Amino acid sequence: MLTEVLQQVINGLIMGSTYALTAVGLTMIFGMMHVVNFTHGEFYMLGGFFAFQLTALLQLNYYLSVALAILAVMAVGFVCERVLLAPLREKSIDTTVLVTIGLSIFLQNLALLYWGPTPKSIPLPFSNMPLRWGPMVLTWSRILAVVITFGLIVLVHLLIQKSLLGKAMRATFQEKDAARLAGIDVERIYALTFTLGAGLAAGAGALLGSIFLIYPSMGNIAILKAFIVVILGGMGNFLGAIAGGLILGVAEGLGAGFVSSGYKDAIGFVLVILILMFRPSGLFGKARRL
Amino acid sequence: MRIPAIAAAALGVGLLPLAVTSKYQLHLVIMAAIFAILTMGLNLIYGYVGQLSLGHTAFFGIGAYTSALLALRLELGFGWTLLAAAGLAGLAGAFIGHITLRLREAYFVIVTLSFSEIIYLVVVNWVDFTGGPMGLPGVPSPAGSLPGVGAWEVTSKVSYYYLTIAVLLPLVLIVYRMIRSPIGTAFVALRENEDLAASVGISAYRYAMIAFVTGAAFAGLGGSLYAHYVGFISPEVFTFHYMIMMLIMAIIGGLGTISGPIVGSVLFTLLSEYLRVAEKLREPIFGAILMVSIIFMPQGIVPLAGRLWRALRRGRFETP
Repeated sequence: MLTEVLQQVINGLIMGSTYALTAVGLTMIFGMMHVVNFTHGEFYMLGGFFAFQLTALLQLNYYLSVALAILAVMAVGFVCERVLLAPLREKSIDTTVLVTIGLSIFLQNLALLYWGPTPKSIPLPFSNMPLRWGPMVLTWSRILAVVITFGLIVLVHLLIQKSLLGKAMRATFQEKDAARLAGIDVERIYALTFTLGAGLAAGAGALLGSIFLIYPSMGNIAILKAFIVVILGGMGNFLGAIAGGLILGVAEGLGAGFVSSGYKDAIGFVLVILILMFRPSGLFGKARRL
Repeated sequence: MRIPAIAAAALGVGLLPLAVTSKYQLHLVIMAAIFAILTMGLNLIYGYVGQLSLGHTAFFGIGAYTSALLALRLELGFGWTLLAAAGLAGLAGAFIGHITLRLREAYFVIVTLSFSEIIYLVVVNWVDFTGGPMGLPGVPSPAGSLPGVGAWEVTSKVSYYYLTIAVLLPLVLIVYRMIRSPIGTAFVALRENEDLAASVGISAYRYAMIAFVTGAAFAGLGGSLYAHYVGFISPEVFTFHYMIMMLIMAIIGGLGTISGPIVGSVLFTLLSEYLRVAEKLREPIFGAILMVSIIFMPQGIVPLAGRLWRALRRGRFETP
């Protein structure tokens, strides 16, 4: 019983860390730009497919492929931001919601055209035999996913907290007009935030795609999970998104193991509704923090 | 000018099956009319009150499943299944609205979407009751018996067309009366400036609730008509695909106008049929249409046509 709980908790933490990675970008984009980015799931999906393209079809090294996939999706994100979102800067949140929904349908169906509906797997450079650690079972791909995920999160956290650029980002987040007055190019910060967020989602897609399979509609569930995490952690709250991701992952792991695997995906939605009824600013208090 | 126009429209609607003789084209018209009902409901909460609900498919699905289950399990007649669909969808709207209408902007968008997902998951997993992913085949075509008339059944496309119109027209009238009443004024006041509306005593919660529940009941009616017409429903009715269709229709027709949802539904149904030529590019094009229409034509066709008409009469084009 206890080992079963532990196993589910570990599985949950692994899933949760990739949820966190997707949600961190989403929450930054929301906090900074006030955009609910429905295209985020497609960045996640493209991360998986670019990694697949590079490893399986071009025979590149796995780690290099993941890195290149992230960079390629960042380029896609940058273009989308400049072309579609930059002209809509002062529009209502509904406008950007609808535009990003349109973009998401567009990208997802292009992926379906190009790669087809059959799920694909990303070839791994190591043997993915289950590792036994006492009664628990793990695989290398899962361990690797957690390690890289936390590496990326720490990297972004350092960027935001320690670098001059991060300082400009935090300033823009807190008060964009004052930041502009202080000489910060707010437009550049927006583009950077969006690009960075797209890259993080792509990383999550490539890593989770290495554990499971990749397919064109994989972003649909990922974006819903990311929304849940963002609300759990408080919209715009960086650390909240990480905690929210882990909490959702563990709650789902335990729910699937002990309640019902069919309703696993409903747990997050119920959590969100409860949170918004009783603690609208998220689990961790103050809503506006980066 | 108004009365002849309305009479001409009524004549056109009434005689349409004479002009559209191909069964397939009539099928498209019926689908457009069903979508018009759904989109009119969405237009109330999004177009008039200005709250973007992404959960409208939940009410469409609830209506479809209510009708199908009542017809299949309890063998109720069409009148009852239609009423029950509207009633249950409206009730669900009141429940979901009670929770979500306190929220604004991003939260409202995400939580309405969450409810729709929860209901989808319940329908997929509650296999004994809903048939799960396999859906419910064999939903009977509308039938019942009326005192004095006897038993009736709607089987042909032409009669289904008239049935759909018989549901659609009273709804148009309801929307028309509602929008021209103080309720409609309150809707628009909330959309334009919620704080200002509140300062003159308009309760955002109450009026948004009226729009939301009415819209949900409309979607329930649309779901019921859809289930009886197609004869088969599956959890697919809850998918985001339908939400996108309704959004595109509402936007290209004209948000916050009475005829916009109808114009949008007819146009988009025809357009998506012509796009079958493009085959696999059809879905990406839908995405592009949504983006382009919200960026370049957020007001929709109906207000644009109105301005063109006035420009023709006065010889000068007003910019909004």
